[in-house]
Amino acid sequence: MSKGKILRHFLRDPSAVAGAAILSIFVVGALFAPLIAPQNPYDLETLSLADSLKPPIWMEGGEAPFLLGTDEQGRDVLSTILYGCRTSLTVAFGVVLVAGTFGMIMGLLAGFYGKFIDALVMRSADVFYSFSTTLMAILVLGLLKQKGVLVLILAISLTDWVRYARTLRGSVLAIKEEDYISAARAVGAPGLRVIFRHVLPNAVPPLLVVAAVDFGVVIMLEATLSFLGVGLPVTQPSLGMMISIGRKYVYAGKWWLIVFPGLALTAIVVGINLIADWLREEINPRIQKAVKGR
Amino acid sequence: MGAYIVRRIAQGLLVLLLVSFICFVIFQYMGDPAWALAGRYATPKQLEMVRKKLGLDKPFYIQYLIFLKNALRGNFGMSFVSRLPAMQVILERLPATFELALMAMLIAIVCGVGLGVLVSVSPHSPASRLIMAGSLIGISIPTFLTGILLIMIFAVELRWLPPFGRGEVVRIFGNWRSGLLTWDGFRHLILPALTLSSYQLAVLLRLTRAGMMEVLGEEYIKAAWAKGLPQRAVLFKHALRNALIPVVTMIGLQFGELIAFSIVTETVFQWPGMGNLLLSAIFESDQPVIVSYITFVSLVILSLNLLVDILYVFINPKIRYV
Repeated sequence: MSKGKILRHFLRDPSAVAGAAILSIFVVGALFAPLIAPQNPYDLETLSLADSLKPPIWMEGGEAPFLLGTDEQGRDVLSTILYGCRTSLTVAFGVVLVAGTFGMIMGLLAGFYGKFIDALVMRSADVFYSFSTTLMAILVLGLLKQKGVLVLILAISLTDWVRYARTLRGSVLAIKEEDYISAARAVGAPGLRVIFRHVLPNAVPPLLVVAAVDFGVVIMLEATLSFLGVGLPVTQPSLGMMISIGRKYVYAGKWWLIVFPGLALTAIVVGINLIADWLREEINPRIQKAVKGR
Repeated sequence: MGAYIVRRIAQGLLVLLLVSFICFVIFQYMGDPAWALAGRYATPKQLEMVRKKLGLDKPFYIQYLIFLKNALRGNFGMSFVSRLPAMQVILERLPATFELALMAMLIAIVCGVGLGVLVSVSPHSPASRLIMAGSLIGISIPTFLTGILLIMIFAVELRWLPPFGRGEVVRIFGNWRSGLLTWDGFRHLILPALTLSSYQLAVLLRLTRAGMMEVLGEEYIKAAWAKGLPQRAVLFKHALRNALIPVVTMIGLQFGELIAFSIVTETVFQWPGMGNLLLSAIFESDQPVIVSYITFVSLVILSLNLLVDILYVFINPKIRYV
């Protein structure tokens, strides 16, 4: 399928376009947070306790420049959300990169060479799947008692790679039987060349779906871990941490401390899931037929 | 079938052995194991006795064997905090977590599969689109946020349901205290169970819908319609049975997730279950409780997975384990 055709399909699907639009708003907001945000919420000098717990600007008691209100320490909620999205997206990109790369290598080796590596990959996939990335991450981070973006990326990737490995292994096993692979081998192409030139490009599409879904899952997972207090340190802006702080004020009616970061969090994941749904239908010819047939 | 089950149990035991080794390392090297067994308030003399009993002067593998021997008896030492046997502390919290997880599972399966079938029958109706939009939000909103939002709406604003705790419980047998049998206990269960079920519900709904849409296009479904079978028979007997296979796989895969998210849900609702206990144990570095939790949860997950694999045979007669 040509690139132009894919783009046309994409533009014809309103929910995919909406997903991409939502996601790009947050990516741009996160990238340019220092320029856009009215305040640097983690620069203590700009904070004043006199500004604490102000409601959003349209409510009584709201004050400029705190568009969406402030938290207990006088941090601007909008600014903290922008900086928090930065952390969320960094962790998600990091995990997709680390777990994706490692998972791809293991999946290729397992599918192509089989035997020991195959057994190793599949058994660890079974175990990690049944214990779930969330549970493993809570335990690993809780026992290590280490916090920070890098630790978080590594702790999640520790089990998350099996998603990629398992998917790629499946594709490789199917592709291996294709005639063009036998042909490449028959003309004497070396193993690595066959893997990278012939097998990998054909096995990538399903991996894109896995990566997209994973990206959303990791964003939720990072927020969850930070909410539980085993993810990021309090000095790091994070949507999960914001909600965890806001939870203390639920009974005091300070809803903006939870609703706005929660909305941002959910919107990012909805955006990526809309794209993932579209990708899945675009790639899976069986569903495509069903969609066209109706 | 018998050989398959034996092999699966052997595999499970291997995983448990691996888990026990990891636990051993945690126990031995993340905190003083002598303290772990004697308790934080032990006298120096008691500590010395435990050290000798643990064989801390012996080689590594002997120490591991001693740990295994203790583990087989369910002896993981005393909790640092409550100074009670760690496994007992965990098991006391089991009923609360079990009831929460069971209720959440029921809601997720019944509503998820039911709505999935409903949506697949008329995929373009406004109701279906609404349900699908809801399911998209369901898979995109983290469990802790669902819980807090439910508390904000139903406990703080509307004051319909209690925001935390387990309410009134009654003792059924032994130490099993149930909250299901009192009205107050049931009211306390509603919000946490909805929270814990929300993600799985959305996942199962989407999976059922996808499976049903695929199956409904098959020839044998057309044949069933042509025979003049009632809608209910076609949908539930012919279509759903085949669409359900990936759903059952997913339910099996989700036990781990369910336990992980029960930690989150229990934290949000201050539910006195095992997950809540685990989190406080983590913050208090209560190694014996953490190790007991890991062991117990591994046992549960592995046995449930085996159970689901055996269930397959009944759903899909095509599967023959050899």
